[in-house]
Amino acid sequence: MTISQKILLSHCKDREIYPGKYVECDVDLILANDITGPLAIEEFEKVGAKKVFNPEKIVLVPDHFTPCKDIKSAELVKKLREFSKRHKVRFYEIGKVGIEHALLPEEGLTLPGQLIIGADSHTCTYGAVGCFSTGVGSTDTAYAMITGKLWFKVPSTIKFYYYGKLNDYVGGKDLILYTIGLIGVDGANYKSMEFTGPVIENLPIDDRFTICNMAIEAGAKNGIIKPDRITEEYFKGIGKDIKIDENLKTDSEKDYEKIVEIDVSKIEPQVAAPHLPSNSKSVREYENVKIDQVVIGSCTNGRISDLRKAAKILKGKKVHPEVRCIIIPATQKVYKMALNEGLIDIFIEAGCVISPPTCGPCLGGHMGVLAKGEVALATTNRNFIGRMGHPESYVYLSNPEVAAASSIKGRICNPEEVV
Amino acid sequence: MKVKGKVWKFGDHINTDDIIAARYLNTTDEKELASHCFETIRPEFSKKVKKGDIIVAGENFGCGSSREHAPVSIKGCGISVVIAKSFARIFFRNSINIGLPLIEIKEGDEINEGDELEIDFENGIIKNINTGKTYKFQKYPEFLQNIINAGGLMSLARKIIE
Repeated sequence: MTISQKILLSHCKDREIYPGKYVECDVDLILANDITGPLAIEEFEKVGAKKVFNPEKIVLVPDHFTPCKDIKSAELVKKLREFSKRHKVRFYEIGKVGIEHALLPEEGLTLPGQLIIGADSHTCTYGAVGCFSTGVGSTDTAYAMITGKLWFKVPSTIKFYYYGKLNDYVGGKDLILYTIGLIGVDGANYKSMEFTGPVIENLPIDDRFTICNMAIEAGAKNGIIKPDRITEEYFKGIGKDIKIDENLKTDSEKDYEKIVEIDVSKIEPQVAAPHLPSNSKSVREYENVKIDQVVIGSCTNGRISDLRKAAKILKGKKVHPEVRCIIIPATQKVYKMALNEGLIDIFIEAGCVISPPTCGPCLGGHMGVLAKGEVALATTNRNFIGRMGHPESYVYLSNPEVAAASSIKGRICNPEEVV
Repeated sequence: MKVKGKVWKFGDHINTDDIIAARYLNTTDEKELASHCFETIRPEFSKKVKKGDIIVAGENFGCGSSREHAPVSIKGCGISVVIAKSFARIFFRNSINIGLPLIEIKEGDEINEGDELEIDFENGIIKNINTGKTYKFQKYPEFLQNIINAGGLMSLARKIIE
């Protein structure tokens, strides 16, 4: 069995499972946000549910339109707030809230071997620390809040094996954009993506989060990396001493449906052009694209190492006069670290604006919505039509270094050009 | 159960932002969501769609976000069934859970915009009234059919509460 299948098996009553089988599993954590949560609460109340199955296993994170952009979104957050008070469920208020998929791991809520569901497609992020975590809908969430269970179709697993030496300015974002380019936006539909190989074994945890975060952009049910020494160190860093179950690994190569080998020495910094994340190519292919806005943040690339990488490029430089550069630390903790390390200073000196933690512009919500004809380069995860604003605006995706360098040049460029 | 309706054609990889843009996600109201359905890519859709109409799309329909608002808005428009070559995972489960019927067939390219289809769910047959062609489709696996028969996932939850 693969890691993903083992986690499902350990959470269901069935004695054996196989790809394609439908099972009902106990879930360890349920997440919802200010967009999907209210719909779940409405369903919860419609059937007359009086209590949640376990208040400690439910987390409500209002991160998408917060600090609330308008009256309607304020009403949605109010609904979450009141529900959390009524049912003693964890709720992150402004001042504590951060982007859910950066916040939950930081809070020590996502542990290796757990089965986590979230009413947000990027819930797959926690595979980076060895969880089976997957995005579901609001009705799923309501059902799970009542019963503690949910149905799953057991996925088959594709193994991705990364080997070779990483080039300069190539990290987790480039590996996953390249991979999605290779297999397409439905290349792993209904399946697990397991990321392996010497490159992954040495990859810092933040890059692992970025990779697993975007598994959904290939249609995957989950992305996962075998927990190891780096995972343990990460948990030590957040004050959690954990012992990783040695059984939390894929047993045999035969357990995979398919194996894809990728020589990373051939990968240059990647840029995905509108309107699909699979339109990824070397940054060199897009060097003449002029940009109006740069966004550095999101559940994909808003962690401290992302901001460090961006600051390294922007230090002592100025953002191009015709570019707005928006920096969004993913959580309060990331924000504070960036402040203490002098990164915020570097960003302000360069002419960037700092946003409070929010999903904001990534989904065209607020804090940097595009007008007709405008072009953005963002470290976010989706570049669908109208994703960041007007239906005739354009989003390119990249890593934080490419985004920072491009904000200086006013056009998409390789960081080599500015250092 | 049989349904009959006119076809609206869509391509591959229709994502949830195409179905309902995030700027309209500050509400959970089905009617309001329906009034913005497909607005970004087909502004006329929500105004012209009729109750019972059918969507026929390509591969990976509903990819992207987990927003249940997407199938809710489609259902709110009165669409009776979505036919596609394949569905994205979260959209699929959301639709099952809320009772929006989905059919997977690979021959969608043979069906044209505006064609009238008659769908026989009992026997798994789609009939194109304009071309006369018929297509067979796989019924849901038993596990999912039980959810549908119960009236959706929340009906099961209601039984558990009682």
